[in-house]
Amino acid sequence: MGMVTESQFHVLAVDDSLVDRKMIERLLQKSSYQVTTVDSGSKALEFLGLRDSNESDDANAPSSSPVTHQEVEINLIITDYCMPGMTGYDLLKRVKESAAFKSIPVVIMSSENVPARISRCLEEGAEEFFLKPVKLADLTKLKPHMMKTKLKKESDKPAKEDSAVLKPEIREEEASVIKIVPLHQEVEQEPVLSKRKATKEVISTDRSRPKYNDITTSV
Amino acid sequence: MNTVVAQLQRQFQDYLVSLYQQGFLDNQFTELRKLQDEGTPDFVAEVVSLFFDDCSKLINTMSRSLERPENVDFKQVDSGVHQLKGSSSSVGARRVKNVCISFKECCDVQNREGCLRCLQQVDYEYKMLKTKLQDLFNLEQRILQAGGMIPQVNIS
Repeated sequence: MGMVTESQFHVLAVDDSLVDRKMIERLLQKSSYQVTTVDSGSKALEFLGLRDSNESDDANAPSSSPVTHQEVEINLIITDYCMPGMTGYDLLKRVKESAAFKSIPVVIMSSENVPARISRCLEEGAEEFFLKPVKLADLTKLKPHMMKTKLKKESDKPAKEDSAVLKPEIREEEASVIKIVPLHQEVEQEPVLSKRKATKEVISTDRSRPKYNDITTSV
Repeated sequence: MNTVVAQLQRQFQDYLVSLYQQGFLDNQFTELRKLQDEGTPDFVAEVVSLFFDDCSKLINTMSRSLERPENVDFKQVDSGVHQLKGSSSSVGARRVKNVCISFKECCDVQNREGCLRCLQQVDYEYKMLKTKLQDLFNLEQRILQAGGMIPQVNIS
């Protein structure tokens, strides 16, 4: 299909329920993302290359670049809240406390609509909180968050494409409000960011897909 | 040949609609169907199969937890109900999900009798749904074998 892998987004999905894992995996694939699923927070950390122990990674360690991180670049983590052992909230905290991974956007999913839980997660740095069952339309909210990290990386590289020229000023995590508007318009014109056939991967040609102009601003 | 396909498609459509109307399925099942395409033609069947396996396992575990009146592990039962509610919600198994809601209430007040009734009901409902969906999938197969396409059915 001529997909250019480096322009694809890779999502790490975490859920202890097999049924829900299958669902989120398919939802993400249908939205043209690469997916890795794991069934626990500790496996997620392992995958990222963070140790699941008391030692907080990277923050104080002198030379620490998790080895596995080099192999797979994760653009977003989407996790269930209620999991045995490490909850989604715990995982969120671990990620945000890690110097290496705190820039990875994290989205929490939960079957329970508990306002206190939602605000707690958002305060801790989650980009979105999805109520389960998650629908295809919900996933359209993910793109802006992933673009933000992609853009940062693109503008860090020598500009071999136009992409680097695009929006170098969009780096700060808090700029989510600013970003949403311009990206919202751009979603329909994917080529601007990655000129190759990658267009097809991000804008699905499937009939049943909701259109991108349904994006609502994230919190 | 065309009329055979059209007839089967009609049958399929009517059957599916009836499942929604009778409350076996809700909108989430529609969402599930959206995820299936030519590349993943068995997706729905796979997911619901996993769901039914889940039901069976969880019902067994909860049944054991509820077995002895003097020693009921309501925490365990609650965990089972939570999981069942979650997965039934994810696949659109409306009746199963609704029983789970009542089930949770019985669990919260540690009503063993109530729990047992709900357990029985949830068992009945998932098996009923399993039969219904099997019939639906069989219809799909017949359509495909007759050279037709599975209709997109819009439930609003």
